[in-house]
Amino acid sequence: MNEIRNLINITDFTVEEIDELIRVADDIVENHSAYEDICAHKKLGTLFFEPSTRTRLSFEAAMLELGGSVLGFSEAGSSSAAKGESVSDTIRTVGCYVDIIAMRHPKEGAPIVGAQRTTVPIINAGDGGHFHPTQTLTDLLTIKRKKGRLDNMTVGLCGDLKFGRTVHSLIEAMLRYENIKFVLISPQELQVPEYVKEKMDAAGAEWVEVESLDEAMPELDILYMTRVQRERFFNEEDYIRLKDSYILNLEKLENAKKDLTIMHPLPRVNEISVEVDDDPRACYFFQALCGKHIRMALILFLLGIKRA
Amino acid sequence: MNIDGVNNGIVLDHIKAGKAIQIYELLGLDKIDSCVAVIQNATSTKYGKKDIIKIDEKIELDLDVLGYVDNNITVNIVKDGELHKKVHLELPETLTNVVKCKNPRCITSVEQEIVHTFKLVDKERKAYRCIYCDAEHIAK
Repeated sequence: MNEIRNLINITDFTVEEIDELIRVADDIVENHSAYEDICAHKKLGTLFFEPSTRTRLSFEAAMLELGGSVLGFSEAGSSSAAKGESVSDTIRTVGCYVDIIAMRHPKEGAPIVGAQRTTVPIINAGDGGHFHPTQTLTDLLTIKRKKGRLDNMTVGLCGDLKFGRTVHSLIEAMLRYENIKFVLISPQELQVPEYVKEKMDAAGAEWVEVESLDEAMPELDILYMTRVQRERFFNEEDYIRLKDSYILNLEKLENAKKDLTIMHPLPRVNEISVEVDDDPRACYFFQALCGKHIRMALILFLLGIKRA
Repeated sequence: MNIDGVNNGIVLDHIKAGKAIQIYELLGLDKIDSCVAVIQNATSTKYGKKDIIKIDEKIELDLDVLGYVDNNITVNIVKDGELHKKVHLELPETLTNVVKCKNPRCITSVEQEIVHTFKLVDKERKAYRCIYCDAEHIAK
């Protein structure tokens, strides 16, 4: 029997496996009809203990487009978690009904507990401020499609780098490619955690921390904007003081490279002005589309299904 | 002060002065029937003062717990009144249910019955990380 694979952290997959996922995601676009019924009679459980639009819907759209079906819940209140059921028991039960689980939970490490209690593959669809590996796969596919490569570039990450789990996962993933420089643009209060800095140092990566988006702009090949998330703050005052620190508009983009790729995991609040949406460098809605393609490839990979 | 030697058992030597009681409790020595001597503030040529615990029985010791609490402790196994084996402790690679994660965002803060597990990430700083949330814990 093959060993069950999970995706808890992006580093659970080798660079070669990620390359394969990207290849399959591109093949899905080119040969869509070959994948239409490939997951017939397979069920995906989407267990979202915390609200989400893009991630949950893109998982569901991915499974439906593969010919499979979907069941689950979209908030803890509509599951037995509201009655006090543990994550362990919920996952163990749902594992009896489905072939694969995508779960989001506000507590860090919850998917690890889930994976310890079931024999179906677990996909971490976000665990608190910790990891969000399928967003990272989405980001890598977007960068690959826009730049044609995943190495040799300067990546600017801007906004809430402390609680922004997409940022932590993306840094960890890109550390494995050659010659990536990270420019970390944030207020002091929202800088990346120490353990992420340790990982960058251990990998020998070049990185700098700056406070000004304007100063950093000219050297960037990728600008990854993030939302300052209200739910990650312990008090409202800090949130209000910091949320408007970094707003991207057309004026700020005057100093940017012509082939800059602007990304954002979405949803945005006001950190990217709507006027930027029509700029050819804005890629965040394309990124959302990439999210569906890479999740289709991921489901196939974890279920061990290949196109005939 | 004279304390009888151990005939068949264990002597924990070079315990940092003042830590013997903590180790006595951690190892559950209050629950065994054999003779146990706790010596505090004994003279040490190496450290000035030290604590010693003598156990007159060959019991199973959790060396990971001991290594975590104080990795300078020497474990002497005594057999027929002679030193049979000397074990020098190291910081354990994994801590299992020795300390609890203090990160309020960690799943271990709400989920019952989870095995609290930390992995050693930096020997020099005695730094461990929770396997669930990556929160750092420094051994004192």
